[in-house]
Amino acid sequence: MADRAGMKRVLNKVFEALLPLLAVPVAFLIGAVMLLALGANPLEAYGAMIAGAFGDVSGLTQTLVKATPLLLVGLGVCIAFRGGVINIGGEGQIIVGALASTAVAVGFKEWPTLTLLPLCLLSGVLAGAIWGGVPGILKARLGVNEILSTVMMNAIAVQLSNYLLRGPMIDPKEIEAGTRIAQSALLPRSVWLTRLVPQTLLHAGAIIAVVLAVAVFIFLWRTTIGYRIRAVGLNRDAAKYAGIKVPFYQALSLILGGAFAGLAGSIEVMGVQHRMMENLASGYGFSGIVAALFGSLHPLGAIPASVLFGGLLVGADKMQRAVQVPSALIDTLLGLVVLFVVGSQVLSRQRARRRETRG
Amino acid sequence: MAELFTLPVLLGILYSGIRLATPYLFAAVGETFAQRSGVLNLGVEGIMLMGAFSGFFVGMKTGSPILGLLAAAVVGILMGLLMSFISITMQAEQGISGIGLHLFGLGLSSLLFKTTMGGVESIEGFKAVRIPLLADIPYIGEPLFNHNVLVYAAFLLVPISTWVLNKTTLGLKIRAVGQNPQAADTLGVNVTRVRYFCVCLGGMLAGIAGASLSIALINLFQENMTNGMGFIAVALVYFGGWRPWGVMGGALLFSFVNAFQLWIQVKGINIPSDFAIMMPYVLTILALAFATNRAQQPAALAKPYERGEN
Repeated sequence: MADRAGMKRVLNKVFEALLPLLAVPVAFLIGAVMLLALGANPLEAYGAMIAGAFGDVSGLTQTLVKATPLLLVGLGVCIAFRGGVINIGGEGQIIVGALASTAVAVGFKEWPTLTLLPLCLLSGVLAGAIWGGVPGILKARLGVNEILSTVMMNAIAVQLSNYLLRGPMIDPKEIEAGTRIAQSALLPRSVWLTRLVPQTLLHAGAIIAVVLAVAVFIFLWRTTIGYRIRAVGLNRDAAKYAGIKVPFYQALSLILGGAFAGLAGSIEVMGVQHRMMENLASGYGFSGIVAALFGSLHPLGAIPASVLFGGLLVGADKMQRAVQVPSALIDTLLGLVVLFVVGSQVLSRQRARRRETRG
Repeated sequence: MAELFTLPVLLGILYSGIRLATPYLFAAVGETFAQRSGVLNLGVEGIMLMGAFSGFFVGMKTGSPILGLLAAAVVGILMGLLMSFISITMQAEQGISGIGLHLFGLGLSSLLFKTTMGGVESIEGFKAVRIPLLADIPYIGEPLFNHNVLVYAAFLLVPISTWVLNKTTLGLKIRAVGQNPQAADTLGVNVTRVRYFCVCLGGMLAGIAGASLSIALINLFQENMTNGMGFIAVALVYFGGWRPWGVMGGALLFSFVNAFQLWIQVKGINIPSDFAIMMPYVLTILALAFATNRAQQPAALAKPYERGEN
């Protein structure tokens, strides 16, 4: 009997974990209708997308390259959500992280790799943490809605980056050549992240991201601080009565969320672009939220989810070329996926409650 | 800088400040209704983009800005319905469903723009209507009373919605549902229906807000042309203490800073334009931090309601 009850519990858990997965096929079904309306063959379009994203080494490595920042941002989103706060500021945190790493790398380019590389990563983490910390502290001290403040911080980061890349941080070569493209100087080779597969962009950052996903899992479920963060997220009042300093842990979750997104920016600069440029964040801040949600806000679930959405981003470009449908279609579908995932959560909540009342 | 304090410059800033407040007013007053009923709709930005596109597209095809405005309103209601279904019926976490709606609107409006037009075109939108007599008041007459009809409508919306919220049965229901849905339900108010109504009304106004950009103020459509205005509109509701007059104060403050910022850029004063553009956002954060009327926040804001929960 005990075994059967246990089995049922496991089955229930599996069902609940799989429920959000339905969001993707449903969104793609709607996408198929839209493709038909645009006069494209959905099978051909999706075929081109999947083949482009996962079909060969080039596609697969591109997918993993895109999945890396998504996973890092997603981890930050997971921590924030588990602490009961919502971090929409990924975009800005990526930008300041990338700016900080670039400034350090270009400023101290003679330093040996062994000191410069960690310093670069650290400065990105720190910058992101500060960018997440401002909304965090405003939330803790003054009760400012963090969703709104993180959105504003995004806009501020964009302007800061525009200023720095056109002014103090612009590549001196751009001024010499008179082209004045808003981008920084090339980072010294000593801080370029190792390429994992020759002739591709896949870099060591992917490994860092996966290791960190495991670390976040351990942090949230096996440490006291992680436990408190989750307690605050699950039930603020209960946590407060248990003596947990709720504002502190909410601020902390936003700071940590910012740190991860900042690191995503550093790694994007050091692994892929090798210089800071406009549009470096390119929507990862928002797509990272989608990936985290789709991974059920679990750090380990975020790994496959990031790969999937990395694939979607790569595949969207391939689809655009194959059937001449703008890749904005995929952005639309991402929005639908979010709506369906959060819309379906009520079903698993209701199931859980029904189980409880049955005893 | 001393140039700022000359009459023509100040009147110019007054004129453009009032103009620029229009989209914020529509969107933020609409959002006030949604939030007063207990629903945080963060997808305003996405709805505005859809409204801006549909208003522009229909306006361009038919040559009638009025039909464009209607289309934007209808599309706004549809987006509001989608948000309502996910957030009210399906009880989704509203902070996230709003982001989903934003991404959806952003993606769909670019997709439609690219497939139907492709390039930036401009149209003749609503023209300025000079109000006789009032516009003849010396100095302030022109900046205040020579605008297109949507500008006047946006400002008229403020007293009307104040009246609806405070003096009508509907307003009482809206406030009850946002403050204490259990009690409202007990008294026979249909919580779900009131919330659907408010979110759809908010959606309609957000759609019109978008159209006010594309067919009345700028008269063109570009991808992501709202560029964060929808989020600022949501912030304005907090800033304004969930009251239309407060929201209007915030919108005006915001748009005057914006108009001032544009003036700085035009003048080429020795502040990098990036910092000038940054000003309104910094101001919003400061405003949120120091707005002291958080006590006014609807008690059930962003909390889905389910019958028999307690």
